[in-house]
Amino acid sequence: MSMDNFGLFYQFHFYLFGIIAIVSAVTFVTRRSPVAAAMWLIVTMFCLAAEYVMLDAQFIAAMQVLLYAGAIMVIFLFVIMLLNLGEASDITDVRGIGGKLLAGFVGLILIAEVGVLTRTGIPSGKYVVARDFLSQQLATYGAVGAVARPLYRDYSLAFELTSVLLLVAIAGAVILGRKESSSAR
Amino acid sequence: MIPVHALLQVVDRQAPITGYTTYIVFSIIKLIIVFTIYMLSAALLTLAERKISAWIQGRHGPNRVGGRGGWLQPAADGVKNFMKEETEPGNASHPLFSIAPALSFVPAMLVWCVIPFGSPLPTPWGRVDLVVADLPVGFLFILAIASLGVYGIVLAGWASNNKYSFLGGLRSSAQMVSYEVALGMSTIPIILLAGNVTMSEIIRQQSHSMWNVLNLTTAFVVFFVAALAENNRVPFDLPEAESELIAGYHTEYSAMKFSLFFIAEYANMVTAGALMATLFLGGWDIPFTGWDNAAPYTVLKTILTLGCFLTKTGFFVFVFIWIRWTLPRFRYDQLMSLGWRVMLPVALGYIAVLATTLLVLQAIGIHPGPVHSFILLMENICILLLLFVMVDEGRIVSPAYGRAQQARIVRLRARSASRAVTEGAGK
Repeated sequence: MSMDNFGLFYQFHFYLFGIIAIVSAVTFVTRRSPVAAAMWLIVTMFCLAAEYVMLDAQFIAAMQVLLYAGAIMVIFLFVIMLLNLGEASDITDVRGIGGKLLAGFVGLILIAEVGVLTRTGIPSGKYVVARDFLSQQLATYGAVGAVARPLYRDYSLAFELTSVLLLVAIAGAVILGRKESSSAR
Repeated sequence: MIPVHALLQVVDRQAPITGYTTYIVFSIIKLIIVFTIYMLSAALLTLAERKISAWIQGRHGPNRVGGRGGWLQPAADGVKNFMKEETEPGNASHPLFSIAPALSFVPAMLVWCVIPFGSPLPTPWGRVDLVVADLPVGFLFILAIASLGVYGIVLAGWASNNKYSFLGGLRSSAQMVSYEVALGMSTIPIILLAGNVTMSEIIRQQSHSMWNVLNLTTAFVVFFVAALAENNRVPFDLPEAESELIAGYHTEYSAMKFSLFFIAEYANMVTAGALMATLFLGGWDIPFTGWDNAAPYTVLKTILTLGCFLTKTGFFVFVFIWIRWTLPRFRYDQLMSLGWRVMLPVALGYIAVLATTLLVLQAIGIHPGPVHSFILLMENICILLLLFVMVDEGRIVSPAYGRAQQARIVRLRARSASRAVTEGAGK
């Protein structure tokens, strides 16, 4: 059942989740309390997952919730609580008026960039797929297969190399963490 | 306006529903039914726990409200909790303090959207599948939503502004993250065997060969233990360990907010039981017969399969309660060591072993069927025996002559002592 059949219903929810995502992202940046900020980030991630579902990318949506909201943010919260950063006002690092102006300026540039990109046509060729490409893939290979097939067939080398890179990063983090704690003792 | 004619059309009772109006109407009806049964069972479970604990300990249990059986006790508790005063500690973070009970309850309920609870029901408007939403990522949805259950407890612990609550919250986040890994890994064999992640496909695969509890016993054992830990049930109830943390994360809660945590615990139990029934005991499949999965679906089949599903779920819930009144609580380092040193390696190793077995069986031409299942069962028995001997370390298997050697005992004692010194400060 494609989302296209719903028309207005679909449009309404797509923009609704988009707006909630943007608002909660802004709130996330401006909160002083780290726990409140983390909660707003989780809301943003949920809305992104909803947008993925509406774009027929259900597997990515499930992974978004499972990994980001369910695992990474829990660790974030755990660390925030374990460090117990104290009064929210002591640790805030919101910059002065100059920083805010600069951030606003950069944001405006990004919005302008998006505006320009929507007006420029993407060169047709292998980068442009048919409108119902994703729903076709879903129907043929299932939600997981549509992601797994290209990942393990066409891009398997790049995928494996990435996993090696991640392994190196994990090993590096463990070594760095150990060094610090042994010197502290 | 709902087009009435869509509901009045007479179609083939065995054909799937067409048309969005009918689809949405039936979805809403299913939602209401599932929600009602779910809340009712959570309420009745509070009574069941007290009755079963009384039975195990040789007491009477609740026997005043609602006759000798104490059937109205949940209602009386509910009224009491509504009448009580709500307290809130000073300097508590009000929004998080209020939202935490809901956050611990809602994820358990959401999981029910994708659990099929009976064979399709024929109606005058077409065949209705007895599942609220058969998502293409059904199974991953469950894992994703179940991973959110920790927020309620962690936020309750943090927002209460109380050191006991806080310790409970910290403990639960560490515990749930640890066991979630084992939980997720123990479900990968199911996907390997079913070749799909939709729940209906997993149930069909089990009803056509053998239940996963026999095909994948090792995964079942890991899943069961991890589910206990995820639910914070004894022997994994460290987040609310009464003897050390008063009541853990809900120390500061009272009235309906406390009650919501209480309901959430039972709701989580029902969800875990239903999940185990679906993933490992064939869901609504009636054992030893293919009659219930065959094409002409009738109302009788639906009722029988629904009863079968509820029986399986109820069995697991009973086992949870039984365990709670039988086993003592783990120590914190034992809990972590079990999670990371036993559960996770076993789950990971089993994935590798099962994948190899499936490949070999495919290569020598044995396809899913009785022989296929028998080989998997034998393999599981071997793995479980090996695992039992390893975890047991000679305490039960051969207590008379196989005790651990003196040197080993000394080494173990030294290790736990050093761990208490180096890690005790961090906890």
